[in-house]
Amino acid sequence: MATDTQLDLWEVFIQQKAGGNHTHAGSVHASDKQMALQNARDIYTRRKEGTSIWVIPSQYITASTTEDADMLFDPSDDKLYRHPTFYEMPEGAKQI
Amino acid sequence: MTQQEALFKYTLRLGDNALIQGHRLSEWCSKGPILEEDLALTNIALDNIGLAQAFLKYVATIEGKGKTEDDLAYKRAERQFYNNQITELPIGDFAVTIAKQLLISTFEVQLFTALSQSTDETIAGIAAKGLKESRYHFVHSRDWCFRLGEGTEVSHAKLQQAFNELWPYTGELFELVEEDNILLVAGIAADLSELQPIWKATVATVLKEATIQVPEDGYMHTGSRKGIHTEHLGHILAEMQYLQRAYPDATW
Repeated sequence: MATDTQLDLWEVFIQQKAGGNHTHAGSVHASDKQMALQNARDIYTRRKEGTSIWVIPSQYITASTTEDADMLFDPSDDKLYRHPTFYEMPEGAKQI
Repeated sequence: MTQQEALFKYTLRLGDNALIQGHRLSEWCSKGPILEEDLALTNIALDNIGLAQAFLKYVATIEGKGKTEDDLAYKRAERQFYNNQITELPIGDFAVTIAKQLLISTFEVQLFTALSQSTDETIAGIAAKGLKESRYHFVHSRDWCFRLGEGTEVSHAKLQQAFNELWPYTGELFELVEEDNILLVAGIAADLSELQPIWKATVATVLKEATIQVPEDGYMHTGSRKGIHTEHLGHILAEMQYLQRAYPDATW
């Protein structure tokens, strides 16, 4: 992989509406947290996409590996009872 | 000069400053040091162009000759432009652009704060919008001054050099002429003589933290209030106005 020469990498999370979740939008290069916020603002919120921004240095994210995927995720394949699909919805109930 | 003529020229000054500043910054498009900074500078350019459009539209209304903001931008000659000379100076290297941005955006924050209280509702409205944008422009250039000033020996030297070269163009920002005096009485214009000490104190605070010397006040360039410019404005207009001059009223 080519070496990234353009400053440190930061992950950007944008909140679309007040009270909502911050969701991952992408990443930016920056040398410090102020620059990361400003760059995130300029790149990801130019068209009114956000009301709040979080930036986190990418190096602090720990990710699961593809090798571990079967250990981590396959056991849930046969546990259908964990899904709330075995109940009959009372007639007329909109939210349970 | 009637109050109407004063308002025409004063608003034209505001529009021309934004237009030429925006055009200069747009020259960074595809040439920024990194992708993110390229977008940051061209975003600021777009803020300026938006502001220019709003002010020039109002100028056209004041003039009352059925012109549009595009007519004013593309069909005036060099001597009919009233932007401060500092806006037309070349973008130079990144340090020059940042120094220029700091000097201008600090001024704009003060100016638009004052103008958002203008008795002219249109100017007050445009200034209130411009104030939000210029506060961001100030933070952007201030933070870069800290990074370059306290960065390497080379970045420090380049930033100091940039401020030294731009300083003689800052006196003009605060020149009060006939249209200012007429509109000050009516509560429309901003009192630039009141803004100058606040501007200087703010710039000095940033430069001190960036470990940059505030240049000495010496000879100050002047002329833009009379439409007199540096050799650079003609080249900007040649590029900016080419299409309208070669193919008048072209559309697509």
